[in-house]
Amino acid sequence: MLQLLWLVPALPFLGFIILILFGKFLSKKIQAIIGSGSVGLSALIVLLIGSEFLKLQGNAQYSQNLWTWFTISNFTTIIGLHLDSLSLVFIFVITFVGFLIHVYSIEYMNNEEGYSRFFAYMNLFIGSMITLVLADNLLLMYLGWEGVGLCSYLLIGFFYKDPANNYAARKAFIVTRIGDTALLIGLILIFTKFGTLDLQTIMNNAPATIALGSNLALTVCLLLVGGAVGKSAQLPLQVWLPDAMAGPTPVSALIHAATMVTAGVYLIARTHFIFVLSPLAMSIVATIGALTLLIAGVSALFQYDIKRVLAYSTISQIGYMFLAMGVGAWSAGIFHFMIHAFFKALLFLAAGAVILALHHEQNMFNMGGLRKKLPVIFWTFLIGSASLAALPLITAGFFSKDSILWFAYSSIYGSIWFWLAGFVGAFITAVYSFRMVFIVFFGEAKTQVHYQPGIIMILPLIILAFFAIFGGFIQLPENIGHIAIFSTLIEKTLPHIFLKTVKVHEWIFQILSAIVSIIGVYFAYLIFLKKSVSASIPGLVQQYFLSGWNFDKLYDILFVKPFIKISEFTKPDRIDRYLDSFGELFNDLGKVVAIIQNGRLNWYLTGIIAGLIIVITLLIYL
Amino acid sequence: MNIPIEHQLLLAGILFIIGLTGLLVRRNLLFMLMSLELMMNSAGLVFVIAGAYLNQPDGQVMFIFILAVAAAEVSVALALVILMHKHFKNLNTKNLNLLK
Amino acid sequence: MNNIFYISAIVAIISSLMVITRRNAIHALLYLVLSLLSVAGIFYSLGAAYAAIMEIIIYAGAIVILFVFVVMMLNISQSLKEEKLSTSLKYWIIPTILALILIGEFVYALFKKNAIVSTISAIGAKEVGITMFSTYLIVVELAGVLLLAGIVGAYHLGRTKKRNLHRYNLPANSVEEGDKKPNDSIFSD
Repeated sequence: MLQLLWLVPALPFLGFIILILFGKFLSKKIQAIIGSGSVGLSALIVLLIGSEFLKLQGNAQYSQNLWTWFTISNFTTIIGLHLDSLSLVFIFVITFVGFLIHVYSIEYMNNEEGYSRFFAYMNLFIGSMITLVLADNLLLMYLGWEGVGLCSYLLIGFFYKDPANNYAARKAFIVTRIGDTALLIGLILIFTKFGTLDLQTIMNNAPATIALGSNLALTVCLLLVGGAVGKSAQLPLQVWLPDAMAGPTPVSALIHAATMVTAGVYLIARTHFIFVLSPLAMSIVATIGALTLLIAGVSALFQYDIKRVLAYSTISQIGYMFLAMGVGAWSAGIFHFMIHAFFKALLFLAAGAVILALHHEQNMFNMGGLRKKLPVIFWTFLIGSASLAALPLITAGFFSKDSILWFAYSSIYGSIWFWLAGFVGAFITAVYSFRMVFIVFFGEAKTQVHYQPGIIMILPLIILAFFAIFGGFIQLPENIGHIAIFSTLIEKTLPHIFLKTVKVHEWIFQILSAIVSIIGVYFAYLIFLKKSVSASIPGLVQQYFLSGWNFDKLYDILFVKPFIKISEFTKPDRIDRYLDSFGELFNDLGKVVAIIQNGRLNWYLTGIIAGLIIVITLLIYL
Repeated sequence: MNIPIEHQLLLAGILFIIGLTGLLVRRNLLFMLMSLELMMNSAGLVFVIAGAYLNQPDGQVMFIFILAVAAAEVSVALALVILMHKHFKNLNTKNLNLLK
Repeated sequence: MNNIFYISAIVAIISSLMVITRRNAIHALLYLVLSLLSVAGIFYSLGAAYAAIMEIIIYAGAIVILFVFVVMMLNISQSLKEEKLSTSLKYWIIPTILALILIGEFVYALFKKNAIVSTISAIGAKEVGITMFSTYLIVVELAGVLLLAGIVGAYHLGRTKKRNLHRYNLPANSVEEGDKKPNDSIFSD
């Protein structure tokens, strides 16, 4: 059964090819079936492979070498798939959540044009993401990396007739490109040191080739982090994600909540053996995570477009994952990735259902009172927000976020400041997530419900809601139930976390996390539901946070305007013309000399005689 | 009987240069041909001078050959002059300016 | 003999100067004949009687006659107008300068060494003939071939195209194409 691994990326690619080539000849139903069926079949195969894989003992891995990509002198790259517990978790999430989102979009995209194109791009994306995750060498992973970047561009700019969407797509692509370049330089550096890009080889040789704490380790790690930061929309490259909400909602759910933005997390987890060689790099990763989660969380508090709240929320939650990676809590970070995929996809899909029901209204303050009209959506959205806010004990989000906060303090790389950042972030998260709930679903209705979403859209919501609650029970902390199914699985691949000896016990932190999320919910209740506490903020402050701390403007001043200035300066080709003037000089000299070639016989004769005189002079006097 | 060789050669040189000047100055093809004849004549004169100086008949032999060459050349050149006159109706060399 | 040499030399130079400065073609040709005759006299003063005879017969007697024929055929006198322009100063200045430079160089080159005086003895036709047909036999043959080439070339270049004479279509009293139109020279068409 394990040898069917190659089908997992191949089926979505096949779906892509069929839909791109023959899409317009097929009926809409067939397009939908091919589009979601390919991902569904992949999900099924993943379940079968997973059940067989989990029975393997010890450090279970499975490699499948498909074919050789190219060979240049003594550097060979193969197309090979490598399955271990880390990639198993990822492909499970990708195919499973991806399948649910594909099913959802059968109904969501029903009235939009470009139906087959949408499914084709989504299939291509799933195929590329699986390639990224299953790759056994860094070059194939980079191929998948670029593939998901391409699909992100295609899907953000899906409604290409509106130039604002094209702008958002370009912005996403260019900003992630900066990260991709850093990643490529990192790969080249790795190649020069190790002579190969095969991950297993590098992992085995890493401690011998790179010294602990050396500048080389730091440089390689920082370059890899540069790539991760671009793709995962962390500081300082987080500016593209809020604008990427211009794409259709299933795209936001799949790419910008569950899968593509976690590619950075996957990269850091996959190359963990280099990161453990540079503690400074790990601290930098954790700091980036901590700062990002605070900045994005505060920005989410001030948004009024429901999708932008969720976008900033995604940035913030990935900040948590980076924080976990940075302090060495590898399995906690991956666990949070899985749970976050569930509840964030759920939130996006539910928000999409609301938007569709209100006929493309996205401003939260024009919604209200939808609790009665859209009950199922209300309950699923509530479950998703509760998981996001990490309401204690009943939601999966609590267990995943809480373990990150505990490790942020107690890990040997952690510190009290990391915990404090995560703690404040948890409070802000609770506030903004329930702000959404209270504004959208409570209060008086400002826009009428115009369309009731059907069962095809509701069913994925229910399934995801189920996982958002019960998914957490496979990994309970030591003092609450001590179920370690997930961490044992992950720790077959990633190292166990090393804790320092602390005087404070874990349960104090757990109680604090629980309290802070409940207080956050209450806070949101007071401000937005009962309106007993006024939340008027000065206009300038509001505008600053609304625009995401004005990063766009900062980058505009720092990079965009100088670049435009330089382009304007070189627009008349100054440098080219200057260099060309040398050539022009000789051209003009030639034109001057050509005057003597006028075809007149007497000129020629005179020239001959003059030359003769010169020769005779030379002969006489020399 | 004793004429310094420099004088002889100088005479040949002057005749040659006069022919050269005529070649450069005149515009009419016929006059240019005449100047050409002068130049060839002076070249033959140099040969004869050399032959007389060395007391060998080879100089005169060369002169005969130069004569033959001049004759052939003049006949062909005059045929070309006729053709040019047929084409341009005048013999001005400023019409022969296509070789540029 | 010395005097003959110097007098002939002066005549040659003066008549050459006249050749290149005349406007009338026939005048220039006559001066050319005079120049050739004086050079023949120089040959004789050097003892090369045979060369002198050849010069007069062939050069002045055949080649210049060719020139005269062409001049008469082409009615060159009509181009006198352009010749008037060509004697202006701006055409003469550069060639004159070049010529003077050349003469100066010749003089310098020739008179650097001491004068070498040589005795001149007459070399007759007999020695010339013997040398020509023994040592230089091949060159003689080649000269013959060259003259043949000259003849063929001159003939071909001077040929007119054959006119199309379809006499059978024309009525009896029409003008034929091959007829010469009046008051034109032979080769105008």
